[in-house]
Amino acid sequence: MSGKTLAEKLLSAKSGTDARAGDYVEADVDVAMAHDITGPLAFRTFDEVTGDDGELFAPDRTVFTIDHHAPADGVQAANNHNAVREFAAKHGAHQFDVGDGICHAVLVEEGFVGPGDLVIGADSHSTTYGGIGAFGTGVGSTDLGTALATGELWFRVPKTLRFEVDGDLQDGVYAKDLILRFIGDVGFDGCTYMAAEYAGSTIESLPIHERLVLSNMAIEMGGKTGLVAPDERAESYLERQTGNEVDLADAFVSDDDADYEAVHSYDAAALAPQVSKPSNPENAVDVTEVAGTEVDQLFVGTCTNGRYEDIKIVADILAGETIAPNVRMVVVPASKSVYQHMLGTGVFQTLTDAGAVIQSAGCGPCAGYHQGVLGDGDVCLATANRNFPGREGSMESSVYLSSPATVGASALYGEITDPREVETKRYDDTVFAEVLP
Amino acid sequence: MTDAFAGDGGRPDPAEPGRAWVFGDNIDTDQITPSRFIVSSDPDELATHAFEDLRPEFSESVEPGDFVVAGENFGSGSSREHSPLSLVGAGVSAVVAQSFARIFFRNAINLGLPVLICPGADAIEDGDEIHVDLDAGVVTNHTRDETYEAEALPEFLQSLVEQGGLKAYTKAKLDG
Repeated sequence: MSGKTLAEKLLSAKSGTDARAGDYVEADVDVAMAHDITGPLAFRTFDEVTGDDGELFAPDRTVFTIDHHAPADGVQAANNHNAVREFAAKHGAHQFDVGDGICHAVLVEEGFVGPGDLVIGADSHSTTYGGIGAFGTGVGSTDLGTALATGELWFRVPKTLRFEVDGDLQDGVYAKDLILRFIGDVGFDGCTYMAAEYAGSTIESLPIHERLVLSNMAIEMGGKTGLVAPDERAESYLERQTGNEVDLADAFVSDDDADYEAVHSYDAAALAPQVSKPSNPENAVDVTEVAGTEVDQLFVGTCTNGRYEDIKIVADILAGETIAPNVRMVVVPASKSVYQHMLGTGVFQTLTDAGAVIQSAGCGPCAGYHQGVLGDGDVCLATANRNFPGREGSMESSVYLSSPATVGASALYGEITDPREVETKRYDDTVFAEVLP
Repeated sequence: MTDAFAGDGGRPDPAEPGRAWVFGDNIDTDQITPSRFIVSSDPDELATHAFEDLRPEFSESVEPGDFVVAGENFGSGSSREHSPLSLVGAGVSAVVAQSFARIFFRNAINLGLPVLICPGADAIEDGDEIHVDLDAGVVTNHTRDETYEAEALPEFLQSLVEQGGLKAYTKAKLDG
């Protein structure tokens, strides 16, 4: 019999069974998360199944964030925020408030998730935690609400689709370009009901903030999670970042003879910067195919590419420069600590000098709520993860997706620009830690 | 008001014929329930905005007992349960699609909204009158005098549904 994948091993351990792809298991959840959009519905389910005296399965491993409509842009949003605050206080859960940042940034930065954990989030980008070797997956509010009460949830153990990348990425090419290419190759539903697993020498040398990008967008090919085998790089990142002690012995990696649904192999050096055209992430093309497309708005942020390193890459390109006329740039840091780092290191000043607008930490205009919604005919180039029709506003607007470097280069000219035409930097994980107060 | 949280009470019967509202492939949750409306979690209010940008006449004309029919990967994108909840609020009898995105599929089952994976669904045209036999897993098109087979739910899910769904199952577990 073949060996097991990371996903099979982790779900075996959490369910106390010898689980294989296709099996249904009831597994113990390590961490549960919901935010201001999905929380209120989950609370209703929790109250319904527990009655009035319900207790959380583990208040210390339950986290609620206020990030999607933060600060509140209307009365209903403000009421949702209050519902989150009240529920968290009543049950003793961790709660992050307006301006603290996006759930997926906060859970990693604050050390709530670690390698080997089973993490459910009432948000589809909960796949992000795979970047540090946790099985992170998005669920709906009913699933989350019941799991808050029991600490358990059923899963179909997924098959695994493996992406192997070897070699050195060109200057100006990042993890974002890799994942856009993967999605383009397998399609928007190419990984549905499966786990994605990213491996190979290129992935092993990627810093954690870039691995998180790969995992974050696994959902854009339908993936249940997106996994990278946790290694010393993940261990040292988490220990430095969170102060938590990390024991890789508690984590899981795939066996050499594990059975994969398919293996897709890539030569990193051959990959050009990628841009996903409207209106689906699977429309990925080399940047050269769309270079010259005029844009109205540039958006830097989101749980995909709103980390400090992402924003610094843009600031490096714009240092001493001015954003092209008639183009607006909206920057939304993924977390409060990213925001504060931007202030402390001069990135904030550099970007505002160049003409960018910087907002408080949160989801920003990614889902079309606020802080930079697009009008009829507007064209946006974003570091975001989705470009569905109307995603960032009007159904008559269009969104292109790319890496922060491509957004930075495009800001100089007001049109989609190959980042290889400008000087770009690549940061390892220490750049964030070095400037910690 | 349609109470999505009252189990079967008030749900239309998919065995009764209704109008098919036909959508294409990759209908994501932003198109089912645009983000600006999901500050609400009230099924009735959400129903008034279902498919609002994609097909504004849907929420105005949909009748309880109608069906939503779609191509591949229906409900892709976000995890928002507001999407299936909006269809529950609109009184949609069942969703028939060639395939579903994973989270939407789970959410719909958890809300008691029948979802059928039906590869032949592309033969159904907008406005056709259809009904669904959930036990047999068969979709009948009265307008075209055709039937299409749907995939049976996996045994595990079927058992969960028979126990009253995830919430009833969880209640029983907590009481047990």
